[in-house]
Amino acid sequence: MRTVAVVGASLAGLYAARALRAQGYDGRLVIIGDEIHRPYDRPPLSKEFLTGAMAEDQLALSDAEEESELDAEWLLGVRAQGLDTRGRTIRLDSGRTVSADGVVIATGATPRRLPGTTGTAGSAHLRGVHTLRTLDDARALRAELTTGQPVQVVVVGGGFIGSEVASSCVALGHHVTVVEAAPLPLLPQLGDAMATICAALHADHGVELVTGTGVTALRGTDTVTGVLLDDGRLLPADVVVVGIGAVPGTRWLKGSALALRDGVLCDDGGVTTLPQVVAVGDVARVGSSRAEHWTNATEQPAAAVRNLLAGRTVETARPLPYFWSDQYGVRIQFAGRRLPCCTVRITEGSTDERSFLAVYEREGVTVGTLALNRPRPFMRLRRELARGCRTPAAAAAAAAAAAAAAAV
Amino acid sequence: MIPVCHLDDLPEGESVRVPTEPPIAVFRTEEALYAIDDTCSHQDASLSEGWLEGCLVECPLHAAMFDLRTGQPTCLPARRPVRTHRVSVDDSGFVHVEVAAGAAGAAGTAAAVAAARAVGEGVSA
Ligand SMILES: Cc1cc2nc3c(=O)[nH]c(=O)nc-3n(C[C@H](O)[C@H](O)[C@H](O)COP(=O)(O)OP(=O)(O)OC[C@H]3O[C@@H](n4cnc5c(N)ncnc54)[C@H](O)[C@@H]3O)c2cc1C
Ligand code: FES
Repeated sequence: MRTVAVVGASLAGLYAARALRAQGYDGRLVIIGDEIHRPYDRPPLSKEFLTGAMAEDQLALSDAEEESELDAEWLLGVRAQGLDTRGRTIRLDSGRTVSADGVVIATGATPRRLPGTTGTAGSAHLRGVHTLRTLDDARALRAELTTGQPVQVVVVGGGFIGSEVASSCVALGHHVTVVEAAPLPLLPQLGDAMATICAALHADHGVELVTGTGVTALRGTDTVTGVLLDDGRLLPADVVVVGIGAVPGTRWLKGSALALRDGVLCDDGGVTTLPQVVAVGDVARVGSSRAEHWTNATEQPAAAVRNLLAGRTVETARPLPYFWSDQYGVRIQFAGRRLPCCTVRITEGSTDERSFLAVYEREGVTVGTLALNRPRPFMRLRRELARGCRTPAAAAAAAAAAAAAAAV
Repeated sequence: MIPVCHLDDLPEGESVRVPTEPPIAVFRTEEALYAIDDTCSHQDASLSEGWLEGCLVECPLHAAMFDLRTGQPTCLPARRPVRTHRVSVDDSGFVHVEVAAGAAGAAGTAAAVAAARAVGEGVSA
């Protein structure tokens, strides 16, 4: 392979570039990213960066020394607009093309917008309305939250990012309301009992959570003044943050030969329908699931790149799902795969203290774990889940095997 | 010298967080006692809550690993070392930490000290 192009210059793209070099690829490496920034870390954008506890220069994912070692051509502020059907030529918005023998797709996801808040034809762009995905988004939001005046913030969407933004706004002294269309935020991710506890964190900190109602319209002429709910209520708002999920960045791949369905379809090894094209991170639907988590974006690339260099799938890239969220001083960590039929029980700590470990079980087998402010036991269980020691039976079998091996 | 705890209260494989400013994490491995800055050099996580394996501790948030002897990260996402501090055990078996001056890695102090089995012989680092 003489040229590999990585499209998307962020977390998964950078880890893919690192993996290529670490695995001995010494050909030409082109990294294409439509943001003008060098790769930076997104999780702090809704947390420490928004509150001011972390400065912009602390967000960098790399440094000059590493970048020179990577020996890559960085095309930043450049958008990929298409991939030819052979998966070999990338068309850029500058009119240029990049030809490559291997392509890594790492174009992430972009926030879903409320109808009527985009600058697209027929709808007005209201000042004060934000989504949060990029550093530029975070700068703009932070500017409105740090004028010195407490403002009325309405967060639309009670998922992780929405909840983190609410928490950061409270820390900055603002009045916050969270609106969630579902009966409970995070229900599909955490199940009823645990979602209820996470939702209660808002009330703990004086944030009103309005559930079971969507947003009909935003009010205001130039700047937003309110949020009109489906139930007819009008919530006054100076700042609105829309956190209603993200869509995978596959638009530029329309017309390519790749199969797209809520992400770029890949096998278990991150390989697309074309063996010389792999996908990683938020954009990739690997072995029928797509994750939008930091750890996934850092763990998938090594295997995907190995498969790219091998020309076929020699390794799988489906790490145990893991994510964390920091809200209201509580660290939430989740690992595993929860299914609707799972039962959940607290094994340590108490929900009242907002410090506990919970395990999700299916037919007596632990398949996932959730912790609030319990990093230690969480880590132990997460490692066990990753090792596949899920059942007492499996653990016993492993112990017996180890004992047998030791006895030899 | 900052008193930490009695050695009996720090079994092998365990760690304790000393609430200094910045906080320090003291680990007891099979071999020895080690002290490093508690806050991960990557982002905000407490290394005393991490996973101890030999002379390495894995951060509980994003799994960076640090060598307890040197404070150096052995894998991403951490790219900067944490400071290491001298640990000693006095005649009565009480563990103390001597906080290193300066920035991470600057002091170049030996990290590993006071093997647990040296207790009783009154050996200190
Ligand atoms: C505010 C916020 C908070 C988060 N907090 C957490 C958290 O606490 N825990 C957790 O586990 N995860 C968190 N995440 C999720 C985590 O950041 C993502 O999973 C991770 O960034 C995914 O990395 P990626 O490289 O796949 O995609 P991205 O980081 O989205 O990067 C994709 C890059 O590709 C670029 N791009 C897109 N299309 C094109 C194109 N056509 N041409 C060129 N470039 C293109 C994009 O501009 C972007 O720079 C958070 C995300 C956000 C936004
Ligand atoms: S905070 Fe320790 S690895 Fe990120």
